Amino acid sequence: MDMTTLSDLAPGEVGVVRRLDGGRGFASRLAALGFTPGARFTMVQNFGHGPLIVSIRGTRIALGRGEAAKVYVTRGSEVSHE
Amino acid sequence: MNKEAPMAVGHCQTTDTEEKPAPPFPALAGQTTITVALAGQPNVGKSTVFNLLTGLNQHVGNWPGKTIEQKVGTYRQNGLTIHIVDLPGTYSLTANSLEEVIARDYIIKQRPDVVVAVVDAAILERSLYLVAELLPLPSPVIVGLNMMDVAEREGRHVEPEVLQAALGVPVVPMVATRAQGVRELVRTIEGLVRGDIPYQPRCPQIRDDHQAVLDEILALVEPYVPAPYPADWVALKLLEGDEEITALMRGVLSEAVWEQVHSILMAHDDALVAVASGRYDWIGRMIRAAVIRPQVGQISLTERLDRWATHPLWGMGLLAGILALVFWLTYTIGSPLQDALDTYVVGALADWAEVLLANGPEWASRLVVEGVIGGVGTVITFLPILVIFFAALGLLEDVGYMARAAYVMDRFMHLMGLHGKSFLPLFLGFGCNVPSIVGARVIESRRARLLTIMVAPLVPCTARMVVLAFLAPVFFGRAATLVSWGLIALNLVVLALSGMAINRIVFRGERAAFIMELPLYHIPNWRTIGLLVWQRSLAFLQKAGTVILVVSVIVWALSALPSGNVETSYLAQFGRLLAPLGALMGLSWRMIVALLTSFVAKENSVATLGILYGAGEEEANLASILGITLAPASALTFLIVQMLFIPCISTVAAIWQETRSVRWTLFNLAFLLTVSFGTGIVVYQTARLLGWEM
Repeated sequence: MDMTTLSDLAPGEVGVVRRLDGGRGFASRLAALGFTPGARFTMVQNFGHGPLIVSIRGTRIALGRGEAAKVYVTRGSEVSHE
Repeated sequence: MNKEAPMAVGHCQTTDTEEKPAPPFPALAGQTTITVALAGQPNVGKSTVFNLLTGLNQHVGNWPGKTIEQKVGTYRQNGLTIHIVDLPGTYSLTANSLEEVIARDYIIKQRPDVVVAVVDAAILERSLYLVAELLPLPSPVIVGLNMMDVAEREGRHVEPEVLQAALGVPVVPMVATRAQGVRELVRTIEGLVRGDIPYQPRCPQIRDDHQAVLDEILALVEPYVPAPYPADWVALKLLEGDEEITALMRGVLSEAVWEQVHSILMAHDDALVAVASGRYDWIGRMIRAAVIRPQVGQISLTERLDRWATHPLWGMGLLAGILALVFWLTYTIGSPLQDALDTYVVGALADWAEVLLANGPEWASRLVVEGVIGGVGTVITFLPILVIFFAALGLLEDVGYMARAAYVMDRFMHLMGLHGKSFLPLFLGFGCNVPSIVGARVIESRRARLLTIMVAPLVPCTARMVVLAFLAPVFFGRAATLVSWGLIALNLVVLALSGMAINRIVFRGERAAFIMELPLYHIPNWRTIGLLVWQRSLAFLQKAGTVILVVSVIVWALSALPSGNVETSYLAQFGRLLAPLGALMGLSWRMIVALLTSFVAKENSVATLGILYGAGEEEANLASILGITLAPASALTFLIVQMLFIPCISTVAAIWQETRSVRWTLFNLAFLLTVSFGTGIVVYQTARLLGWEM
């Protein structure tokens, strides 16, 4: 399955988190909020510019565009991978 | 079932053997005073629980040596005294922020008798993450399962007993906004402390592939871990790459041992995510049976509201409308109250003091009337406006709207190298710059926080608006409204440009990460808002009674000494020294002195102009004199400089307290002086070139 970044998903699309880039502090904060490999999410709002909103583990999280580009995901809700 | 050695941390049990006796707390059995720490993620209703337990019986201060708010309070019942310490709201306990370090240090070093972890039943999965981090620490944990009503409304039914059985720790269902479950919580705390309630927590384990690594690290570091840190917790934090614990252990381990530990850690630098995943796996097992009917596909209220509130266009419109309403309310209700307070309280107090001190020396009477009452009194008259403003913002915050405001403002804040979270503190600045600088605490990164503080004084506060509202009609008659709006807009433009410049030059364009939860909207809790307003107002009054009082007296002395006459005072002498600079902006020394006195409190500049232009106390007089003497170009320049000038002394004191840096405070003063005088010179010289001077 093709890996892409979170910022590329359109509103309504579902996906699964695969990998976090962008350093320890960043990864640690996101992981605590539920962005761990294997976690399913739904893109709530993404206008192609500016920040976006993701629904994950029952919460809505707003992310800056730059931050979302460091979260690698796959499309669809299939958790097992490769 | 795991075959590895169990990761027995704190009270944790890792196997499913229920027969093991609960670890008793015999030392606590006869105690009548106990300490309870309140932990929880942001937006789970932790402060509502805290307020319910303590009421007004609470004290707000700072954590020792930190600029993080600390709230402590007491609860008394049947001879039992519970000291409650409200830990900072954090998502995890992994040294990502000062708040997280404070929370875990408190539990490890102070060992509270019980930790109450408040979790949100509507987002149980996410909010149990903190519980997963709390269980391995030395204090026993009670889970306060809050927002049961919200969970039901969102279509999620949570069974507290099932969750309790799974976790092995007491779980108390609560609806804190309706004061439900508090008595049960207290009873459970008491029962746990007296040993009546069993405590057999089942803690998270990390995945099998990392368990061996963890054991290896533990074996290496265990003999060296300094008290009171639990060795297995330290090993886990090393594996997670926790900076603080890594630095701690590096300091106590010998070079040889550190090398060994370090090479293991380097080989497993992905462990951070593995550990977090392990915690979420554990949470998944804990809630599998406890949550019935999880996540139905219905569209929730939050989702429906957010279609508007977070839309880039409608969201901005909504924000603008809400802010306009807040201002309108603040000034429509606040201004008459302010006038009343000024006349009937401050004015009456001044008259009374004058009569009382009539027989004493003249300087004493003037010190009290002009220095103390004139300085502090004026500041206090702003209280009604601030209370209304704080209440309106507190309401928006409690409902959950402020996170949306931050979200829609994010794209604009980006221009300055800031992100959405800086919006709220900056907006508070329209009321008063002091709470805005203190409010910058919500921003995690020190860089973004400093930058927010540096530009915050450029937000036109109530006091500056009052000066503007008085002087603009004097100078510009009918055009006053237009000029006023123009000046406010100029302040915001200068703010944005300053932010960009400071970010580029001082911080070299670095940018902080914008990661923010958008909480579910909920019905406001009046108690929470009331206490917030009370605390913010109290902090403001405390400042008025201390810093502002001292500086008011000093500046008054400078303006009265040596002869008792302002025109020949030290302050006037200083103003005359600055006359050449003033000339560049078309400002007389009198106007420079008026600016200088605005350093105590912004509205002083009107009073000073009155005295220096010999208008006496009558405002009408001043209006006619100023209207005649001042050319429009000078008048405009004066207003511009007044709006952009260095903030009042209380704001400077707040900047110093919050940055804990004399250097940053001085930088800010120098920066604002340059900006205000620079803009003044440019505007005046341009106006002259265009022939507006007359």
